[in-house]
Amino acid sequence: MSRLHDMGGRFGDGAVVPDAPDAPVFATDWHARALAVTLACGALGKWNIDVSRHARECLSPKDYTRFSYYEKWISALADLLVETGVLTREDLKGQSGEGLHALASAALRAEAVAAVLAKGGPANRPSAIAPIFAPGERVKTRHPGGSALADGGHTRLPDYAAGACGQILRQHGTHVLPDSNAHGLGEAPEPLYAVAFPASELWAHPEHPHDEVVLDLWQSYLQPLEPGAQI
Amino acid sequence: MPHDHSDHPHAVLPSDPALRVKALETILTRKGLIDPAALDEIIDTYQNKIGPQNGARVVARAWSDPAFKAALLADADPVLAELGYYGRQGEHMVVVENRPERHNMVVCTLCSCYPWPLLGIPPGWYKSDAYRARAVREPRKVLADFGVTLPSETAVRVWDSTAEVRYLVLPMRPAGSEGLDEDALAALVSRDSMIGTALATAPSGAGDLKGADLKGGDLT
Repeated sequence: MSRLHDMGGRFGDGAVVPDAPDAPVFATDWHARALAVTLACGALGKWNIDVSRHARECLSPKDYTRFSYYEKWISALADLLVETGVLTREDLKGQSGEGLHALASAALRAEAVAAVLAKGGPANRPSAIAPIFAPGERVKTRHPGGSALADGGHTRLPDYAAGACGQILRQHGTHVLPDSNAHGLGEAPEPLYAVAFPASELWAHPEHPHDEVVLDLWQSYLQPLEPGAQI
Repeated sequence: MPHDHSDHPHAVLPSDPALRVKALETILTRKGLIDPAALDEIIDTYQNKIGPQNGARVVARAWSDPAFKAALLADADPVLAELGYYGRQGEHMVVVENRPERHNMVVCTLCSCYPWPLLGIPPGWYKSDAYRARAVREPRKVLADFGVTLPSETAVRVWDSTAEVRYLVLPMRPAGSEGLDEDALAALVSRDSMIGTALATAPSGAGDLKGADLKGGDLT
């Protein structure tokens, strides 16, 4: 069983509504502020991108469903600030005293923004784990899906692709494993691959016999298909 | 790290989202944890400086310069870094080429991963439940929502951005664009065509052609 964010393949969401060509980047001012506050708090260095994604995933199903996109961001940010001890519930209630926070010296300054955004945060790392699959090889994803490291934990193997057979399309080198990094268990870098799955392997009623879905999957999500197995 | 709660701390903040953001920003600013001028700078960056015009320049160059295109498709990161298109949410780029036999389309079913340095902040529809849920299962019906119909001989490959690798679609060069310079070509490259939910626009004066000539082969 997964969480509501893992919605690939779900039925019932209706039409995709393209925006107008001249639509603004941010529909309202508070969307822009929510994004900026979230990025600025990330610069405090108290969590990583996987922790941050998992915080959004841990919104209750009711909240995840009724919140708009940036509402999820700002609410998960508030949760994360308390979880990591940066703020207290009293702070959120506006009941704390005046004075600078111990982390204030780490705050992102306007003059550093351009450099911080341009620097990014690459996820590739050296790893002692050698790749065991080559492009063209057939693999099967873990089943049942979900995180192998934490019950209800973060993973990037969507439910719709759990237990599916596909083919290695390309190697991406070795990357931080989100399943570990989201839970304070270390970066645990390992080989990452783009894996192609025929639509007919994933869906009961694929639209076209030659359509495919490609996912980026870590080596520990994959096992070799036994020799001679057909996909 | 984050755990499941019956009472999430965010519920302490005002429920109206605009007020919730404002309250959090005020608390953080008072404690010196965020600098309001830094927020303005972040917003200005993604509102005015970084957007799909970056990706369009890359596509126009790839259409015009076969050696550039070959290098871009083989290993995009050094090529893009040389143009200055690197940074947050674009650290590991892969460019995938549309051809008559295969159309590429990008989604992030688990959240909203998107190549920021090349396309900016994703549009609302890209982050919508409908797109995240449907793009992997019925990409052709999703394309129909955008007014795009592919020929039956064109296979669709949907890229679900499940890692920190970000994908940019290189759309097919539209018929009638021969002889255009890079600036004119870039004007034919919409944001959606680089996500794969649109085709590149045919130049005005290209007769009755609409979008890319899907049966015309690779024009480059």
